[in-house]
Amino acid sequence: RSPSRSCHVVTTVFPSALFSFLSVQTFDKILIANRGEIACRVMKTCKKMGIKTVAVHSDVDANAVHVKMADEAVCVGPAPTSKSYLNMDAIMNAIRQTGAQAVHPGYGFLSENKEFAKRLAAEGVSFIGPDTHAIQAMGDKIESKLIAKAAKVNTIPGFDGVVKDADEAVRIANEIGYPVMIKASAGGGGKGMRIAWNDEETREGFRFSSQEAASSFGDDRLLIEKFIDNPRHIEIQVLADKHGNALWLNERECSIQRRNQKVVEEAPSTFLDPETRRAMGEQAVSLAKAVNYSSAGTVEFLVDSRKNFYFLEMNTRLQVEHPITECITGLDLVQQMIRIAKGFPLQHTQAEIPINGWAIESRVYAEDPYKSFGLPSIGRLSQYQEPLNLHNVRVDSGIEEGSDISIYYDPMISKLVTYGATRAEALKKMEDALDNYVIRGVTHNIPLLREIIVHPRFISGDISTKFLPEVYPEGFKGHQLTATGRKELLATAASLFVAAQLRAQKFLGDLRLQERRSWELCVELEKGVHMLGVSRSGATYTVEIDGDKLEVSSDWNLASPLLTVTLNGIHRTLQCLSRNAAGEISLQYLGTTFKLRVLSKLAAALSVHMPEKVPEDTSSILRSPMPGTVVAVSVKAGDTVAEGQEICVIEAMKMQNSMTAAKTAKVRSVHCKPGETVGEGDLLVELE
Amino acid sequence: MAALAAVRRCRVLLHGAVKSSFRGSPSQPRSYSAGRLSVQERIERKRQAALVGGGQKRIDAQHGRGKLTARERVALLLDPDSFVEYDAFVEHRCSDFGMEADHNKFPGDSVVTGQGRINGRLVYVFSQDFTVFGGSLSGAHAQKICKIMDQAMLVGAPVIGLNDSGGARIQEGVESLAGYADIFLRNVMASGVVPQISLIMGPCAGGAVYSPALTDFTFMVKDTSYLFITGPDVVKSVTNEDVTQEELGGAKTHTAVSGVAHKAFENDIDALLNLREFFNFLPLSNKDPSPVTECHDPSDRLVPGLDTLVPLESTKAYDMLDVIHSIVDERDFFEIMPNYAKNIVVGFARMNGRTVGIVGNQPKVASGCLDINSSVKGARFVRFCDAFNVPIITFVDVPGFLPGTAQEYGGIIRHGAKLLYAFAEATVPKITIITRKAYGGAYDVMSSKHLRGDVNYAWPSAEVAVMGAKGAVQIIFRGKNNQADAEAEYVEKFANPFPAAVRGFVDDIVVPSTTRRRICRDLEVLATKKQTNPWKKHANVPLAGKKGRGRR
Repeated sequence: RSPSRSCHVVTTVFPSALFSFLSVQTFDKILIANRGEIACRVMKTCKKMGIKTVAVHSDVDANAVHVKMADEAVCVGPAPTSKSYLNMDAIMNAIRQTGAQAVHPGYGFLSENKEFAKRLAAEGVSFIGPDTHAIQAMGDKIESKLIAKAAKVNTIPGFDGVVKDADEAVRIANEIGYPVMIKASAGGGGKGMRIAWNDEETREGFRFSSQEAASSFGDDRLLIEKFIDNPRHIEIQVLADKHGNALWLNERECSIQRRNQKVVEEAPSTFLDPETRRAMGEQAVSLAKAVNYSSAGTVEFLVDSRKNFYFLEMNTRLQVEHPITECITGLDLVQQMIRIAKGFPLQHTQAEIPINGWAIESRVYAEDPYKSFGLPSIGRLSQYQEPLNLHNVRVDSGIEEGSDISIYYDPMISKLVTYGATRAEALKKMEDALDNYVIRGVTHNIPLLREIIVHPRFISGDISTKFLPEVYPEGFKGHQLTATGRKELLATAASLFVAAQLRAQKFLGDLRLQERRSWELCVELEKGVHMLGVSRSGATYTVEIDGDKLEVSSDWNLASPLLTVTLNGIHRTLQCLSRNAAGEISLQYLGTTFKLRVLSKLAAALSVHMPEKVPEDTSSILRSPMPGTVVAVSVKAGDTVAEGQEICVIEAMKMQNSMTAAKTAKVRSVHCKPGETVGEGDLLVELE
Repeated sequence: MAALAAVRRCRVLLHGAVKSSFRGSPSQPRSYSAGRLSVQERIERKRQAALVGGGQKRIDAQHGRGKLTARERVALLLDPDSFVEYDAFVEHRCSDFGMEADHNKFPGDSVVTGQGRINGRLVYVFSQDFTVFGGSLSGAHAQKICKIMDQAMLVGAPVIGLNDSGGARIQEGVESLAGYADIFLRNVMASGVVPQISLIMGPCAGGAVYSPALTDFTFMVKDTSYLFITGPDVVKSVTNEDVTQEELGGAKTHTAVSGVAHKAFENDIDALLNLREFFNFLPLSNKDPSPVTECHDPSDRLVPGLDTLVPLESTKAYDMLDVIHSIVDERDFFEIMPNYAKNIVVGFARMNGRTVGIVGNQPKVASGCLDINSSVKGARFVRFCDAFNVPIITFVDVPGFLPGTAQEYGGIIRHGAKLLYAFAEATVPKITIITRKAYGGAYDVMSSKHLRGDVNYAWPSAEVAVMGAKGAVQIIFRGKNNQADAEAEYVEKFANPFPAAVRGFVDDIVVPSTTRRRICRDLEVLATKKQTNPWKKHANVPLAGKKGRGRR
């Protein structure tokens, strides 16, 4: 299968860039020191530019899409990232072995590692990114803040030094005034970051952050600064060459986050007026110039409700969410990075950077959105189909049907980008794209994404980094059905049931049967029971629910994962996730999965006699909410724990999750020990 | 239950329909003398009495146990209005112990029999009525069952038994035992002629268990059904073991430990609805071809996920169910014995609408080795498919037979031979795909070319050899130092499909993603396959011996 399917770029968005792909000679061969979607993304541009590509991979990734897509591939070690994708010796060997002239690091892994950049420079290999000095200066949050201050960039009040211990953290926190943010000096991506509102939380945050910082970055230095409550997270994309030129490519609004990781991004932001945008852009450019920045980079700002903005950090790499900038500016950022690395000057002036239309990006993750807005999940993509049948949809992914989402790497499935002339158009397209996205075999966050993009607050642009906890204070519970929605869902399930029943009677060479024309059904949905009348005329079913009539028509293809129906003239795309003989039907409707049960009137009447089966009591059982590694176990059998007390810590995808007791009780038995790998649902601790 | 209101309405309708058959008869049925009532009235009364079985009190008690009545079960199992009842007027003939009294006579006795349709296709059904003498088997009860079995054989239609019986009608003595034997004989005569299915929906104890055991498939209902030779009380008095009914003969025991039952369902409704679905896979008799239903899944669909499914290291497991689900129509696979001998997977699916039997080694469990239990499980399934013209598709990833004293003492040689026998004897279309390992005797057994496999494929990851590299090298190069090099040489030679392919033992090496398309095409070609074995009175399948304690 052509790999281009999974890395589809909306070519209509940047026709001028296309033209320039083959116009200059840059490198003959580039090694991409990354995996997954970003490796594929970079290779896609390399191919357009006529550059040969080299993939590196761990042994478990030997069949990965990025490996198949590359012209050459080198295995650089076993699954753990520290032994493969972070293994500089192996990657340097791969470069020598393949004769790659340049390295694109993608994001994460070695992308902001000055040591790596240095070693490349020592061997005369180009690093497609900024030089060591800029990486070092911007990579250290303390140093970057000092430079930013000097370059007249607005900064957040805070302590410009390394915090030694928890006591000092508390003292500094009190000086700055609560709330404060504790974060890893070497950090990024929300890892090793904690917010504290009082002394106790400061101590706890200090402990967690330094542990996470140590395990994620091998550097446990922390700093503390004033926490801007309820801010927006808006970042400016910059592009600078080696000749002292720098441009700002407008902003990206990245306020929708969970646990400081972005979920939905858009460009431009609904919040910025042209003056603020220019002011932010100019400060970003002056910061870039202050560190002699070259390549693509991102300056992150916090913006408060009065449009005051503060420098947060600069990411000296290609950002995950770069595609939305590409959509509205028409530039291919990877192409620009490659040109700049070769020493070419910028092709554009600031006046030539447009904002064309609107682009939205949804990060589709293999995670359970019903647990803390997303806890990682793993599994094999038993069925996978990207919504590329729709126009103005771009999907950046590095996986395909049959791929494994493993515990070793980031659980991102893809970046789903939609584009439109207006924000409303882009959002509508996003609804369609999410509805048409088929992902089976792993739990995914499409229910959450689908709800965010239709939420009135999001639509009006009233968002902040606290959007999720504010909108869903009790946690995300999925789409809440309206009366009409409920009827649509019931009618679809009933019609699907009838279509399946009718087909079950169609045997080859057996035409004796008179097809039924009407049914009386009983449909259960969310503990409610509904009596429905269904009558059929061709492929159209008329469903009667509580006096209302709905006409449901479809091609009733029972093999397709997508179920496209017309409900009283309105087109909807649902997905049938499962259907069994006992009448249970799972339908994905508006992103959320609903479980229904359709029974004939007779079966429903008789079901009152069926014994109810008692599910196991879960309050005294602690199970792992996700696959991961046990980092610490704080209790032993016989201990008495208080409700909310920490029982153990599970690390998954480099996030430490504290597991607490659901009630005050004595510990009956402990089923895990530190260092052990656990799967989702594995028994950790039993209480009495 | 939230369903109550809606359901009450239904109940009224249901009972209303029943009552309407009174047609103006006097309000309460009371004792009557034959002389004063017209024949018409007597017919109505008897028929009405037959409909309520042991009476409302016992019906309520049956419901109270979470079970449906014999008639409710039949109504759910069959298409609406398709049931045609036989022998509603039959009564037991016992005149001892006061059984001859009027109040001990129930029209139809303790079983409901007849024929009807499931999705339009004919089926014969008997449903034991626990509300009449605990569903116990009288001579009349047995006679009713025999009647429909005889007719099912004549017309060529499956028989479904819904078992819910306390056992023999003790008052009838040997007549009851004779009844069992009459049924057993018919079970045996019908075996291989029409499919026979037993659904255990209550107790089934003593000699009664042998009828389900003789049928092709035995299903159970969780928590409300039991199968055992002797109940917990007798067990206690004979062997002094303390055991509950559930532990001794519940659904879990028989689907996971003993292998007596093929699948269990949550409750009566779940079981009956699933039985309807299962029925759709079956041909009506040994004269019928494998059924073909309307199919929406394209027969030439590629399955890209299969190209990366088999792990690169041959020691790593994968789930054979992933292979099966992605290849068959609409991922619809009715697995038989999913909780027993999990190192082999068997069950029904469809390819381009046509029913096929799937057999696959399961690398996820015990490396997919063949042992006593998996051999027997596979053999029984293969023989069913062969008897009823269902093509067999075999997915092979087998490291060999399981070694060890437990297996040898248990008679793995004899039991392994059953699977070998079944595959060799089968004359239905046989398609085999070697996905990875096919080692040793197990290679021969798993529907190999040598056992008349019609089409045998290997995936590029296939390794056909006498054994794995390590063991082989230790024998071939015994005493030599350079084991690592020798191993590499062996792997180079044998850990690939070529040795089998150059000899024509596999017909082609296929890209895994094209497997579905290949199988669908082959099945079209093989639909007209005709093959017969030499004339014999019957073959002598290696049956003898006690079954060992094998892998669960």
